[in-house]
Amino acid sequence: MSIILDHVNHIYEPGTPMAHAALTDINLVIPDGQFIGLIGHTGSGKSTLVQHLNGLLKPTDGVIYYNGADINGDGFDKKELRGKVGLVFQYPEHQLFEIDVFTDVCFGPKNLGLDRKEVELRAYAALKQVGLEDEYFYQSPFDLSGGQKRRAAIAGVLAMKPEVLILDEPTAGLDPKGRDEILDQIAGLREETGMTVILVSHSMEDVAKYVDRIIVMNKSRVMMDDEPGAVFRRYRELEEVGLAAPQITYIMHALREKGLAVDTDITSVEEARDAILHALAAQGRQDRGVGGSPC
Amino acid sequence: MAIIETRDLVFEYIRRDEEGNVEGITRAVDDVSLSVKQGEFIAILGHNGSGKSTLAKHINAILYPTEGTVWVDGMDTSDDESLWEIRQRAGMVFQNPDNQIIGQVVEEDVGFGPENLGVPTKEIWERVEESLKAVGMYEFRKYSPNKLSGGQKQRVSIAGVIAMHPKCIVLDEPTAMLDPSGRREVIRAARALNDVEEITVILITHYMEEIIYADRVFVMDKGKVAMEGTPREIFSHVEKLQSLRLDVPQVTMLSHELKKSGLPLPDGILTTQELVEALGL
Repeated sequence: MSIILDHVNHIYEPGTPMAHAALTDINLVIPDGQFIGLIGHTGSGKSTLVQHLNGLLKPTDGVIYYNGADINGDGFDKKELRGKVGLVFQYPEHQLFEIDVFTDVCFGPKNLGLDRKEVELRAYAALKQVGLEDEYFYQSPFDLSGGQKRRAAIAGVLAMKPEVLILDEPTAGLDPKGRDEILDQIAGLREETGMTVILVSHSMEDVAKYVDRIIVMNKSRVMMDDEPGAVFRRYRELEEVGLAAPQITYIMHALREKGLAVDTDITSVEEARDAILHALAAQGRQDRGVGGSPC
Repeated sequence: MAIIETRDLVFEYIRRDEEGNVEGITRAVDDVSLSVKQGEFIAILGHNGSGKSTLAKHINAILYPTEGTVWVDGMDTSDDESLWEIRQRAGMVFQNPDNQIIGQVVEEDVGFGPENLGVPTKEIWERVEESLKAVGMYEFRKYSPNKLSGGQKQRVSIAGVIAMHPKCIVLDEPTAMLDPSGRREVIRAARALNDVEEITVILITHYMEEIIYADRVFVMDKGKVAMEGTPREIFSHVEKLQSLRLDVPQVTMLSHELKKSGLPLPDGILTTQELVEALGL
């Protein structure tokens, strides 16, 4: 089961002088359980793309299939789709509105028409999943810190038990620890439930750390669609479209240029450390550091 | 001379219930004394809720001290008489570019500040031109702001502040919503203002690699200044920063890890170039 986009185009304000293409000939297959990073500069079409996946926007032409069914076809239950494809917008905490955190998280599942007990069980589980402790459940969402509000808002979507979770810049404005905590929890949740996660992000470091596939958007088109190592290898092209590679990628390239035999596809600090130690040892220069035998 | 000085600054948020009774008091800034010299590039780090934005809002008198004193260019911010003077000397740019641009055309937006100061029309246009040039946005002067990218909008916001001829500009997470090239543009503009125009810059950010060029860094925690030093001094304390919910640039982290594995590297490596040299390559 999967999401398939078949020749999807979207034009804003068609038939007017303001008409412009936000999506051009998008063809993608998103199988179950993948962790996907969606990157692209401001205005590249990322947000328009994700809003098609849960039917908030309709393609100007082309078809989107969810588990084989055309989501814009006659008789397709869009409400059910929105329960299955959960979309967490940028700054989701701006959408908190209920009198307390628990009631706010209940809002989504309640709208799915579930009975009260099921709604409350789901809300409780979702709040636990995002790491919010019981003491916050009956506080006003507006009294929480920035990071806690963000979690409460994500819990509101998780409580719908989505099969696909789309997060648009979930860590914008959070401190580094807060970023790691939220993304670690989402990665853990994906392992646990097998749901598909699509992470829209401007942080190349975050994308490199978590995802197994990167889709790069540029000027309304899919410019690259590959595993992280292969995408960041093309860092010069990424820079041309307003993006970049993680700092680690640049470090590995610089070391390689200076003659150190390291793999330039590396994207994490730990891998980089091991590769550098290994390459230095191979060069017989380890004696400078750890007192190994000089060559 | 100090452009910004705080002495024993305390700020308390008072939470009230629906009837207006005091429910609790949160001390957001707790006894902070610091001094910033004209022309310095200062970075403020700190986790969410550490008090850094509250501190920043004292610098252009959006907030007043509960206790203690803040001086901007020698003026006490709690003195109402100096309010407009202070806001002209110390400008502020916020996180979301869409919340701070009001003009229909870029040059109009930039002219809004000096117009409010009662600057003569001819001089307003001169200031608009020089400010837009200073942030590299002059060629976009006739554009509608909603046709610009996030990084371009933030640079217009910065130009709007510079047009008031401030001595100091406070940037409160100006890059949080931007893509990598937008972030680079904004940081480059801030550095140019500091280098060329000698405007004091106070940059608040969660992106560690943005502050390696700062003259001094303050790290806030629980309303207090927990660490103070050059970027190299600050980033030499990897574990301490992590305990404060912060981080270091990836190159610093990698160097730290290599050092722990036994390589003789110095602490606080800030750039790829430094790492390459320290490895003797």
